[in-house]
Amino acid sequence: MNAFTTHAGKVVSLDRANVDTDQIIPKQFLKRIERTGFGEFLFWDWARRDDGTLNMAFELNRPEAAGASILLTRRNFGSGSSREHAPWALEDYGFRVIVAPSFADIFYNNCFKNGLLPIPLSEEQIEELFQRAAKHEGYQLTADLEKQTLTDEHGFTASFEVEPFRRHCLMNGLDDIALTLEQVDKIDAFEAARA
Amino acid sequence: MQGSPRCIAAVGTVYASTGPFVEVLKLEGRFDMSEAAHPRTLFEKLWDNHVVHAEEGRQTILYIDLHLVHEVTSPQAFEGLRLAGRQVRRPELTIATADHNVPTSDRSLPILDPISKQQIDTLSNNCKEFGVKYYDLNDVRQGIVHVIGPEMGYTQPGMTIVCGDSHTSTHGAFGALAFGIGTSEVEHVLATQTLLQYKPKTLELRVDGQVGRGVTAKDIVLYLIGQISTSGGTGYCVEYTGEAIRALTMENRMTVCNMSIEAGARAGMIAPDEVTYEYLKGREFVPADFDAAVAKWRKLPSDEGATYDKSLVYDAANIAPQITWGTNPGQVTSVDKKVPMPAEFSDETEQKTTALALEYMGLNGGESLTDIKLDRVFIGSCTNARIEDLRAAAAVAKGHKVAGSVSAMVVPGSGQVKKQAEEEGLDQVFKEAGFDWREAGCSMCLAMNPDKLDPGERCASTSNRNFEGRQGKGGRTHLVSPEMAAAAAVAGHFVDVREWN
Repeated sequence: MNAFTTHAGKVVSLDRANVDTDQIIPKQFLKRIERTGFGEFLFWDWARRDDGTLNMAFELNRPEAAGASILLTRRNFGSGSSREHAPWALEDYGFRVIVAPSFADIFYNNCFKNGLLPIPLSEEQIEELFQRAAKHEGYQLTADLEKQTLTDEHGFTASFEVEPFRRHCLMNGLDDIALTLEQVDKIDAFEAARA
Repeated sequence: MQGSPRCIAAVGTVYASTGPFVEVLKLEGRFDMSEAAHPRTLFEKLWDNHVVHAEEGRQTILYIDLHLVHEVTSPQAFEGLRLAGRQVRRPELTIATADHNVPTSDRSLPILDPISKQQIDTLSNNCKEFGVKYYDLNDVRQGIVHVIGPEMGYTQPGMTIVCGDSHTSTHGAFGALAFGIGTSEVEHVLATQTLLQYKPKTLELRVDGQVGRGVTAKDIVLYLIGQISTSGGTGYCVEYTGEAIRALTMENRMTVCNMSIEAGARAGMIAPDEVTYEYLKGREFVPADFDAAVAKWRKLPSDEGATYDKSLVYDAANIAPQITWGTNPGQVTSVDKKVPMPAEFSDETEQKTTALALEYMGLNGGESLTDIKLDRVFIGSCTNARIEDLRAAAAVAKGHKVAGSVSAMVVPGSGQVKKQAEEEGLDQVFKEAGFDWREAGCSMCLAMNPDKLDPGERCASTSNRNFEGRQGKGGRTHLVSPEMAAAAAVAGHFVDVREWN
């Protein structure tokens, strides 16, 4: 997994609440057995017309969104299906940070396994960011995981919450399985005690 | 969502935490937390029983008793094991089947979609390579993973159960801690038989009293989601309690727990009781010494005086048959109500969300739900495709014909459900009424297989998600109970099943 310390990037706004993982990556792309290459299918049903051509009205397809790596969106992002294909698609598309008032549990957890940083802020802060993104062309944010801050060049600063252990693992790109296997004697003991 | 919640108890105030039990323990001077020095909830007991290692500032390593695997979320996990040279630590605690992708037409025919076939073959090969039990498409025990686990007696009270599928919450109906995980976590469980977890908070959803005629488990859970919204359970493990929940059959309880994730909660559970033990008795994989197991399970229900982080109480008498009108399961209302309009919501985000949902659904707001006409009806999914669901739908459909404008299908949850339904003649009832009778699988719940809606088609569905495009791009889904779906198939539009003859 890619380590994450700080990331500065262009913001794209997706002004919708309850964006579910079926929208992030529709089911027809879940048949692949690989972990990579999902980026081109991100938000497929919104991003494409019925004939498969780009829907230029969709937020991510607008010329000014090109190269965006920070997704700004509304509450309860990532609800629904547990499919990890959702963070795979977001990451493969080029996103490193998602900023929203709240995230669904499984999606939030899956992000940390894939070098993506979900940043929860208050509804008021998110509204402020939506306004700033609309006002400033090529609006950029900087996420600093070590300091746990999100800032822009126009005076916006917010601190965000993240569990210390998740932060540590993401900053160092640690492999969960290897970490757990350091405690394999405890798993052995647990199983022996129950046998 | 729908006005103010009928909550008669606020956060953390429902149960007094001092009871005689606590007093006795104090007198004995026992304060060991792991030995129930304080009254614990069902969830707390399950959590405590599975902690392998807990350390300040880190995620707890939690032991997993049963790991269910399906074809869609596992190939990358097995590949990860191969790349790291790892094995499946406890293959005997792991079972696999193919359900999401499988055609529900004739099983003797080859799978036409080569990518679906590859994914199913990959699961079969992975199971062979790593020594995992696989229920293949020709096995009568194949079916939706959340239907076959309980059916074979794999799912038992007191267990921790995971699967790379959010509807794993279904198994919580047995008093198990069961939840969906991502593919990275599937790999973690395969390699270590454990998961790294933060302890969720606990939410009690209590439904007092009795539901009226025609009101089902599906209506109870849809009503609860409508009350707390699709994010109301985020960060919580739900325990469903109260008279209306106790009165449910085992299969009905699975319907309720199944949709915990639609309320935002990863896990939902119901304490085991005689209904649970009676259901499990005699099933293939229950413990050999069943009575000893039951004696152990009897200790699981929440102790008297145990408290939840939050408790909400509802009255079953207020619950009518439910229909979703929007594009998330929280956008739901009673059959006798009208489709809401954006202006009815005070929150600006809700107004926008409602307007988008109505546009997608081809509704204006203000329509009577019973005026909404349907093109398709789907009876199936891990929410509502067990034998009792099929019996209930058949009882409504019996002696009627599906409306000429409607195409209706019934997809049993497993090969065994299908077999039993055929033994009871339910397939004949459905076929005579004009329903299509299919093989087992997830089918049009998520439309990964050939069963899907065409753009603009409107469907009454017994499944769990009405997201945009869930049943096919441009398809419009209304979630309902099996009884409501069957009645709608016959009438060609929604009807109040309480008035059905």
